[in-house]
Amino acid sequence: MLTAAEWDVLALSVLIAGRAVLGALPVALLAGWMMARTRFPGRTLLDAVLHSSLFLPPVVVGLGLILLFGNDGPLGRLLAGFGVRLIFTANGAALAAGVMAFPLMLRACRQAIEAVDPQMEAVADSLGAGFWDRTLSVTLPLAAPGLIAAAVIGFAAALGEFGAVITFAANIPGETQTLALAIYAALQQPGGEAVALRLAGISFGVAIVALLLSEALLAYGRRRSGQ
Amino acid sequence: MISVAIRRRVGDFLLDVAFEGPGDGVTALFGPSGAGKSSTLAAIAGSSTIEAGRISLGDHVLFDSALGINVPPRARRIGWVFQDARLFPHLRVEANLRYGMKRAPGPRRIGFDHVVTVLDIAHLLRRGVRDLSGGERQRVALGRALLSQPELLLLDEPLAALGGAHKDEILAYIARLKADFALPMLYVTHSPDEVRAVADHVVMLDQGRVVATGDAAIIGGARIGARIVARERDGVLIRVPRGDVAAGDRLDLLIDP
Repeated sequence: MLTAAEWDVLALSVLIAGRAVLGALPVALLAGWMMARTRFPGRTLLDAVLHSSLFLPPVVVGLGLILLFGNDGPLGRLLAGFGVRLIFTANGAALAAGVMAFPLMLRACRQAIEAVDPQMEAVADSLGAGFWDRTLSVTLPLAAPGLIAAAVIGFAAALGEFGAVITFAANIPGETQTLALAIYAALQQPGGEAVALRLAGISFGVAIVALLLSEALLAYGRRRSGQ
Repeated sequence: MISVAIRRRVGDFLLDVAFEGPGDGVTALFGPSGAGKSSTLAAIAGSSTIEAGRISLGDHVLFDSALGINVPPRARRIGWVFQDARLFPHLRVEANLRYGMKRAPGPRRIGFDHVVTVLDIAHLLRRGVRDLSGGERQRVALGRALLSQPELLLLDEPLAALGGAHKDEILAYIARLKADFALPMLYVTHSPDEVRAVADHVVMLDQGRVVATGDAAIIGGARIGARIVARERDGVLIRVPRGDVAAGDRLDLLIDP
């Protein structure tokens, strides 16, 4: 079946995409909730800024990350103080993939929160549940199917991300070389098409498994929230 | 004793309502749709903003614009029942019932088993709320509100979404609640039949104002026999016995089936 090298690339890809989702989902949820439930000046502008990685070329996003998180960037220096380096690392690849997947997750989270009837929250309020209490006990469980969808969309987007990852984290085998980057590297080698094709098949398999898993989770979530 | 005085403007509509209700029994807020009944309930529950006024429940002040008091909904100790029940769809019946109970501060005056027995919902506890009939939903909603240990129960047209037989069923349960739990209730309705069935006290609203208060007799509806004395083309002349009505009385015409 798969060679040891192919397993390594697959495991690294899943790890990087998983970390990207883990990091981006809470932020997307918070921002999505703000967009769905609050009104404040500059809201539309903030929305546009949060969506910027959707319309910028990925290489520009990678460049932005280098400027911010590179060894000379302000956030890069700050993190270096804690002994954390992101550029050219797996965590950096996850950051780049997460930033690229963020707008898609934001949209899905926002729609999930908007789909929750605010009257349910008002009922919880009248039954003695404060803001965090009702958010955890009513809003999030009712939004769960949409939030699962957000995570799956984010995972798929992070898994396939190329431009921002290669710009910020480079193409280092075993460290930042995900499936997409490995396919690109294979195509640079003479006669590498066969290797590239096998990796492409693996990508396809991961996509199918993720999709089936999300369908199962969605069905479970719908049953739980009675929708 | 509940005391309400509120002023609130919504677009062109001015809600300017003041009334007092007894600390026990059912007070009906009665009037045509658009009279401001539900807006008044929302103000009492604390889910809408009021410009000026004072709302108190016994010696517990819930809102006072002069003193800057505005108790948040969750601390008002008010149970709210809606016409569409609004049960939590992700929770089973028992978890719905216990939602407010778990969060109620202080002693549990109103017991779980007692409520379940009075409302006949013991056999529904394990069910999901999607599997309930309209009447069952409304009973669970009543139970959920009661178990939050409220000092006042608000019933916002609780029968409006139900069919005829279920209406009578729920009315009977509300009468049992009245008998079993010493709890004031505010009951919003535009149905004279419901007022006659459950209300001890009536506050009649029209166009955002209180137009009359008193017992259930003020809505009239004491049925008097009328007799058709003449028909002419499309017109019908009706005679009402002298003494039953006086000049200035309002007459509603009900055609018995």
